[in-house]
Amino acid sequence: MSFVFLIFLPILAALFVPLLFKKMRQIHTGWFVLIVPVILFIYYATLLPTTAEGGQLVSSFQWIPSLDIAIVAYIDGLSLLFSLLITGIGALVVLYSVFYLDKNREQLHNFYVYLMMFMTAMLGVVQSDHLISLYLFWELTSISSFLLIGYWYTRDRSRFGALKSMMITVFGGLMMLGGFVLLSIMGNTYSIRELAAQAPELASHSFFTWALVLVLLGAFTKSAQFPFYIWLPDAMEAPTPVSAYLHSATMVKAGLYLVARFTPVFAVSGTWMWLVAGVGLFTMFWGSFFALKQKDLKGILAFSTVSQLGLIMSLLGASAAGYHVEGAADSVFKYAAFAAIFHLINHATFKGSLFMVAGIVDHETGTRDIRKLGGLMSLMPITFTIAMIGSFSMAGLPPFNGFLSKEMFLTAMLSLTEFNFFSMDVWGLLFPILAWIGSVFTFIYSLFFVFHTFAGKHKPDLLPKKAHEAPIGMLVSPAFLALLVLVIFFIPNQVGDWLIKPAVAAIQPFLYAAPADVDIHVSAWHGVNPEFWMTLGIFLIGGLLFWTLRKWQRAYDRFPDNLTLNRLYDNFIYLSEGGANRFSALYMTGFIRSYLVYMFGFLVVIVLSTLFLTDAFVIRTAGSSPVGFYEIVILLALIAGTITILIAKSRLIAIIALGAVGYSVALFFVIFRAPDLALTQLVIETISVALFLLAFYHLPKNSKTEERLGFKLGNAVIALGVGVTMTLVALSAHSQKVLPSISEFYKETVYSEAGGGNIVNVILVDYRGFDTLFEIAVLGIAGIAIITMIKLRLSRKEGQHENK
Amino acid sequence: MRTNDVMLQTATKVVTFIILMFAVHIFFAGHYTPGGGFVGGLLTASAIVLLMLAFDIETVKKIIPFNYVMMTAIGLLLALATAGASIFFNVPFFTHAYDYFYLPLFGKTSLHSAALFDLGVYLVVVGVTMTIIQTIGEDE
Repeated sequence: MSFVFLIFLPILAALFVPLLFKKMRQIHTGWFVLIVPVILFIYYATLLPTTAEGGQLVSSFQWIPSLDIAIVAYIDGLSLLFSLLITGIGALVVLYSVFYLDKNREQLHNFYVYLMMFMTAMLGVVQSDHLISLYLFWELTSISSFLLIGYWYTRDRSRFGALKSMMITVFGGLMMLGGFVLLSIMGNTYSIRELAAQAPELASHSFFTWALVLVLLGAFTKSAQFPFYIWLPDAMEAPTPVSAYLHSATMVKAGLYLVARFTPVFAVSGTWMWLVAGVGLFTMFWGSFFALKQKDLKGILAFSTVSQLGLIMSLLGASAAGYHVEGAADSVFKYAAFAAIFHLINHATFKGSLFMVAGIVDHETGTRDIRKLGGLMSLMPITFTIAMIGSFSMAGLPPFNGFLSKEMFLTAMLSLTEFNFFSMDVWGLLFPILAWIGSVFTFIYSLFFVFHTFAGKHKPDLLPKKAHEAPIGMLVSPAFLALLVLVIFFIPNQVGDWLIKPAVAAIQPFLYAAPADVDIHVSAWHGVNPEFWMTLGIFLIGGLLFWTLRKWQRAYDRFPDNLTLNRLYDNFIYLSEGGANRFSALYMTGFIRSYLVYMFGFLVVIVLSTLFLTDAFVIRTAGSSPVGFYEIVILLALIAGTITILIAKSRLIAIIALGAVGYSVALFFVIFRAPDLALTQLVIETISVALFLLAFYHLPKNSKTEERLGFKLGNAVIALGVGVTMTLVALSAHSQKVLPSISEFYKETVYSEAGGGNIVNVILVDYRGFDTLFEIAVLGIAGIAIITMIKLRLSRKEGQHENK
Repeated sequence: MRTNDVMLQTATKVVTFIILMFAVHIFFAGHYTPGGGFVGGLLTASAIVLLMLAFDIETVKKIIPFNYVMMTAIGLLLALATAGASIFFNVPFFTHAYDYFYLPLFGKTSLHSAALFDLGVYLVVVGVTMTIIQTIGEDE
């Protein structure tokens, strides 16, 4: 079956959503939409046995065959895992949204169309094997995410958040496109699999590091890594189902997917490992540290997501170490990729449920401000239970799945200290230390989230609504996810066999030929080793700090606001807008004289530099004719006329001098034996002088003041420059004639072929009559234009249209 | 009150015809000696302008009741038709034809389709020049 078309199922289904919304008002549209992810989930689940044995499925259709662009769906362990997450969590989120969004007050047709669009985009991202189609779907996730964040488009904050996330993710997406283009140039293929196969050759290519950095920029912006994480907290203005789906479980993991997918291509490089692991770990520390500063439930979760994504990112970076170590499959280095995928699954389960919990609390109490909440434990017992499971798993407490992946994370980070490439032996110790500090803060904010919402004193007078337990439908999805959190703890190895090992085999094909080779067994108790002591330390120190939280949390308020990255972003946007405005105001003066100065200035610079850079300036007097007496006399008259125009005090004198110049030119035509030109020049000069006089006669009285043309040095320099330039060009052009003239042909054939005697006229009407045809057309247009300008007076009809 | 311009008007009546004849001459002579449709047209227009100077626009309009915009259009069409006619004889666009004919009164005469094209140019030049001058002259 060509499952590539299944990618498009959600977006096709979205076509019917508005119809269903308008025609079936009594049924919540979400129920119809729910069918799509469920069907897809079931279908993808049937592929599990194939990938668990290391099988791969490819399905494609040609899109632009002449450019070698196709949409290729490639399913291996990694993409299947993501597809299952997308459709599975997608189904739960749709179910949750049915109860979360009111069918009478909300514009559900918009919501579900965007959501389905997003689902197609995500499925496309994770299944694409073709770089260009991957990029296509990647941008579609940015666009649909933009639409979803701005879903309540009447709110300022929503629009701000949507724009911010759009700017940052599209910036990254474009960088990634650049990386992809470089990759396809290096490898001469668009297929990721083929690129991975030739990874060692690619590494020596000069584009390699560029491609690496550019692709990573795409991954970092999408996955909210430092310093690009700033869009994620602002994206919390989206409806909570969207936050749960996009900003915890799926879209932000697109960057992780990208890193995992390209690990076989880039793992050769130490830059890759350092960047991915370093940025990831720092993001983890930074996000967990600032999560405690947040007052908003979803704000805490947003920073927690940033932190957890950083954790997974650092593990993916560490998994590249396996490439550089002999026999890594049997050493401590093998844990990183496994831990990354394991934590990715765990994070999707507990973070999805926590977002839904935050949504329930918001929905039932009317606020998400953690300072107003408290004591909801007895009022909302089920929600509390779910929140507790999610938070404890996030904190890494047993018996929840977060505990297992946290242990493996510590193992992987500790293993990096034994790695001795790329100056890792010097700096490697930083990794477990930062990881440990980050984990401590994770522990604190997890407890902060659950206990400050549900424990303590209930403050009913601060809440906009009277708090009560959520309807059962809203609780189903988070409860199911919380159940998964528990279940995964007890059957980690089944999850490992079916989901994680195939994915690990896809990330580290240089270590494992088949998923069965991944030799990792997860156990809840792994003996007394450094990880055990680190975990114990996390619990103890974290617990102690949480106990004294109220005393030191105020320290966060001391952080200067204008040193934050958000402020940096705002200033950047503000300054780039203002700067661009100021820059264009600087040169777009609105005066034609300024624009003429630019044009002539550039003309001089470009032509002169070309003339001298290409050594084109030559003066040869060999072919020139002798200068006669009459030429000199007329030339002097012409120069005198020109100078008179420039220094004349009265416009009238300038007009007459211009006429003198024109008649001198006519005399030149006589001397140089061009009677037709002389005739025409005389008549035309007469007419144009008459027209000038007419224009002068109609000048308004107050502008007829006799005033000499003011002298401006800049203008003089430009004018001199243009004159010198054109003189030099004319001299050089005259001095180096490459080809003989074709006029001999005209001379010979004017009578025999064209039946005429006046070469000029025969050229005009016969040899090159085409030009004449259009010149008389130009004349006709000019005549009609003058009639229009003079006869047609519309200027008094003003104020009818704003844009006029 | 107008000054007495009898001399101007009388001279104009004679000179206009001389100019017009010269214009026609220069138009027809264009293929062999200097001249052609463009200069011929300009000279014709200057003859009419002279009339306008000596009399006034309304009088000249009565004497020469041409619609100059229409004249421009006819000139353009004539030029285009001359150029386009060649394609009906299965030769490329803008191929001219000429031959010698024995005409009564003229004797052996060479007739050239380029003259028709030049006539188009002539009409356009006269039409446009007169349009411009008339329009500006009538403007308040």
